[in-house]
Amino acid sequence: MCGAKAGGPDLAGVDVANETIIQGSVTRNEEPVNGYVRLLDENGEFTAEVPTSATGQFRFFARPGKWTLRALVPGATVDRQVVATQGEFTEVAIAV
Amino acid sequence: MSRSDVLVDADWVQAHLDDPKVVVVEVDEDTAAYDKNHIRNAVRIDWKKDLQDPVRRDFIDQAGFEALLSAKGIANDDTVVLYGGNNNWFASYAYWYFKLYGHGDVRLLDGGRKKWELDSRELVVEQPERAATQYTAQPADSSIRAFRDDVINAIGTLNLVDVRSPDEFSGKLLAPAHLPQEQSQRPGHVPSAKNVPWAKNANDDGTFKSDDELKALYEAEGVDLATDTIAYCRIGERSALTWFVLHELLGQQNVKNYDGSWTEYGSLVGVPIELGN
Repeated sequence: MCGAKAGGPDLAGVDVANETIIQGSVTRNEEPVNGYVRLLDENGEFTAEVPTSATGQFRFFARPGKWTLRALVPGATVDRQVVATQGEFTEVAIAV
Repeated sequence: MSRSDVLVDADWVQAHLDDPKVVVVEVDEDTAAYDKNHIRNAVRIDWKKDLQDPVRRDFIDQAGFEALLSAKGIANDDTVVLYGGNNNWFASYAYWYFKLYGHGDVRLLDGGRKKWELDSRELVVEQPERAATQYTAQPADSSIRAFRDDVINAIGTLNLVDVRSPDEFSGKLLAPAHLPQEQSQRPGHVPSAKNVPWAKNANDDGTFKSDDELKALYEAEGVDLATDTIAYCRIGERSALTWFVLHELLGQQNVKNYDGSWTEYGSLVGVPIELGN
């Protein structure tokens, strides 16, 4: 596997219109990074965590509102604030 | 029981990778993670295929557990070290099974797969071969498992600890936010339950907080550690982690994991449900 892909993993079978999707990729020097992404709510409380895929991608099924994404990779932690909307993809590219 | 009897760190596992009496076992929510790579000499237990009854909603019985461990090459006197992704959710769930069926020496790898990866420790694709054993399990220990009537009878009397995220507790989400939200059950929580999300037990790297921090956490949330406790989540794996914290790390005597959890309770007709915080 080489090179990072934009967007999240495959969405086959998911009712996208009813979901609030936050997705993206984690890269270092434009190459995908194996690590984890945490989803924290507006109070900073942990809500979910996923490992990045082989192509650096991640996805959450959240609810509308403000969220923080926290990428954890060997030797680095990076936060990103996002606002998510139902029926839309909130795309987040995180470079570490 | 001390913390080291139930929890080992990555250095300990590294030093015992070739110890024939230590069996490292990976148990992941993503059951394909092991195929990608795993700790050297680790075997896999698949929480869906290996630990669940294939027909009824229940887990494998005593004979099934004996057959599983025999096939995996795990002996009664082996030290079993469980680890997995998602901060050991499913490794904790498997740990609870090992205790339920009376395994003598079972421990968790502190931080699980995530800590091992963040440390950039060795992971391999080669799968070990272990000779089959004749494993003998004990009858299931019902003192650590709660059923739905136990939960209903505990409302307002015992500690009910809902370990899901605040949004699941309040009813805004029906499942953890890494899963699609289409579900049949009603949102909310069991009345009188305290929301102590499992994640508060762990540091960002997945290792458990200290005993003093953990005690302070539950006391601050109004959970009386002298009172019997039932922990639940959505399907019983995150609450197995909280069960591990309360029963194994903090030594609370009567703690049960309700593995029916919200997918059962939220589908019951007529039971009380609360919404909001």
